[in-house]
Amino acid sequence: MKIAVCISHVPDTATKINIADNGKEIDPAGVTYIINPYDEFAVEEALTTKETLGDDSEVIAISVGNDKNKETIKKALAMGVDSGVLLKIESQLDSFGIAKALAEEIKAQGCDLVFMGKQSVDFDNQIVGQMTSAILDYSCISVVVDFKLDGQDITCEREIEGGKEVVAAQLPCIITAQKGLNEPRYASLKGIMSAKKKTIEEKSAVETESNTEVIGLKKPPAKNPGRILGTDSSAVHELVRLLREEAKVI
Amino acid sequence: MDNFKGVDYFNTESLLTQEEIMIRDTVRIFVSKQVLPLIEEHYSKGKFPMHLIPQMAEIGLLGPNLPEEYGCAGLNNVAYGLMMQELERGDSGIRSFASVQGSLVMYPIFTFGSEEQKNKWLPLLSKGEKIGCFGLTEPNHGSNPGGMETKAVKVDGGYLLNGTKMWITNGSIADIAIVWGKLKGKVMGFIVEKEFKGFSAPEIRGKHSLRASITSELIFDDVFVPDENILPKTTGLKNPLMCLNQARYGIAWGVVGAMLTCYETALNYAKSRIQFEKPIAAFQMTQEKLVYFLTEITKSQLLNIQMGRMKDNGTLKFAQVSLAKRNNCEKALEIARMSREILGANGISNEYPIMRHSANLESVKTYEGTHEMHTLIVGEDITGYSAFL
Repeated sequence: MKIAVCISHVPDTATKINIADNGKEIDPAGVTYIINPYDEFAVEEALTTKETLGDDSEVIAISVGNDKNKETIKKALAMGVDSGVLLKIESQLDSFGIAKALAEEIKAQGCDLVFMGKQSVDFDNQIVGQMTSAILDYSCISVVVDFKLDGQDITCEREIEGGKEVVAAQLPCIITAQKGLNEPRYASLKGIMSAKKKTIEEKSAVETESNTEVIGLKKPPAKNPGRILGTDSSAVHELVRLLREEAKVI
Repeated sequence: MDNFKGVDYFNTESLLTQEEIMIRDTVRIFVSKQVLPLIEEHYSKGKFPMHLIPQMAEIGLLGPNLPEEYGCAGLNNVAYGLMMQELERGDSGIRSFASVQGSLVMYPIFTFGSEEQKNKWLPLLSKGEKIGCFGLTEPNHGSNPGGMETKAVKVDGGYLLNGTKMWITNGSIADIAIVWGKLKGKVMGFIVEKEFKGFSAPEIRGKHSLRASITSELIFDDVFVPDENILPKTTGLKNPLMCLNQARYGIAWGVVGAMLTCYETALNYAKSRIQFEKPIAAFQMTQEKLVYFLTEITKSQLLNIQMGRMKDNGTLKFAQVSLAKRNNCEKALEIARMSREILGANGISNEYPIMRHSANLESVKTYEGTHEMHTLIVGEDITGYSAFL
């Protein structure tokens, strides 16, 4: 079986973000990029699935973006993914555009099982998996914390308020990964060395367009600085008074 | 998890390949996730975190610069050095474990062993299924290993080994020891297995340094070593010194990891510690120290990368490794001690890693050739006069 894992290249969550001059994009200067953390769970699950099947299954990583995404694809190859595909785009697409590009490639590759993170931590739309499945007419189980494959049958667990939901589906299917699905492996030193010999196919994404347009990015308003009421026990009464009368939280 | 991003004032990362950066980052994350949360507890209890061995093996940290045919990763020397740097950011004891297994056990088997020995031991050692140690230093022979008293005598089917080795990292947890002893006056290497009768490896207690690492004595009392366990390509004292040279190379890189964490800790502390109504980072005397740390870190980083490139292209002399080991260990210890000063009383607490690194570096400055011996090695190289032989 061919298993696809879709990965995105996102700013490190610890990076300080600045807005570019056009006011619509982030300024990439000085930003460290990483593989989207939820996609790491997806990579791990794809690799575990391949290992469990123990047959000649292969795992293909697909990423939509530009040359920089190759770093992220290499990370997946170092973890054990067999090959990579970079779908190049000229300008940033919205979720629908990305879903269309991914769907086209998944179809071309003939992948019946697809893993991806439940969301990318850059724009957090949490919708690419579902859209891709709709375009392909695949099943989709989102925000998955447990995955089992038995022949054509899939059983997944999803976290819901106060419990778990068990969902069944059949291949072809797209699974979006939630934290807790697994513990992603480290890229081993051997894996990193052998990733050099694996191929990353580069091609242009299918003609795509976005349904939505980003009009502007804005930073959140600066937080008001905190107030120090005092440093000894006499401040407690004042704190209680303010919590009651000013903040009205107790 | 700490979110260490490295210290790189002169963009030395631009001198690295993408694979080298990935390897560094993999080990960095491993240290942040697996080593740092538990190291203080192990250090204070005087225990080596044994459960890390399979994890280190799985990532490929044991003998990674040896070829793939023996189950190793085939790294170049810069990547190997970066790995050591990241491990020692965690703790010198963790780096020592990897140094001994790779440079002092797997390297001599790879270099001086028979094909049978390589095929038998290297895959087991790289998987962490067997642990090794290296026995050269003796109670009465440290800087002058040529004076060793450990002796082997040829007997039917093998050798009888007698002697004592001292300050042996991993000794009590080792399945095999690479032991150096004199056979008819010539230094030869032997693979001694822990089951061999007459061999014991009691742990040395009461250390104030490298407490998260096992250090032992090795005692050989009429130990019979079969013929197939002599390292057949050993020819003399220069062989164990070649092993030490490998380990010194790793140490020169490793201690930069200790420098980085001391510097980062001192810098963050100085920016948040308020005295006289301002952060102590605003005082000139603190800035002088911090700038000194950064300067020495930068020099060591550049030296290491160049040393690694020279090792990869086969032009590195052992005296150059001595210079790097000597300089980097001394500067790391100095940075650890001066970082402690910036943290004041807090510097001695295990809430911060500094005192642990400072105590560790006392050993690191001494083992694999003391500071003084490396001075004399470089001294001999540039003057042509040996001051010790």
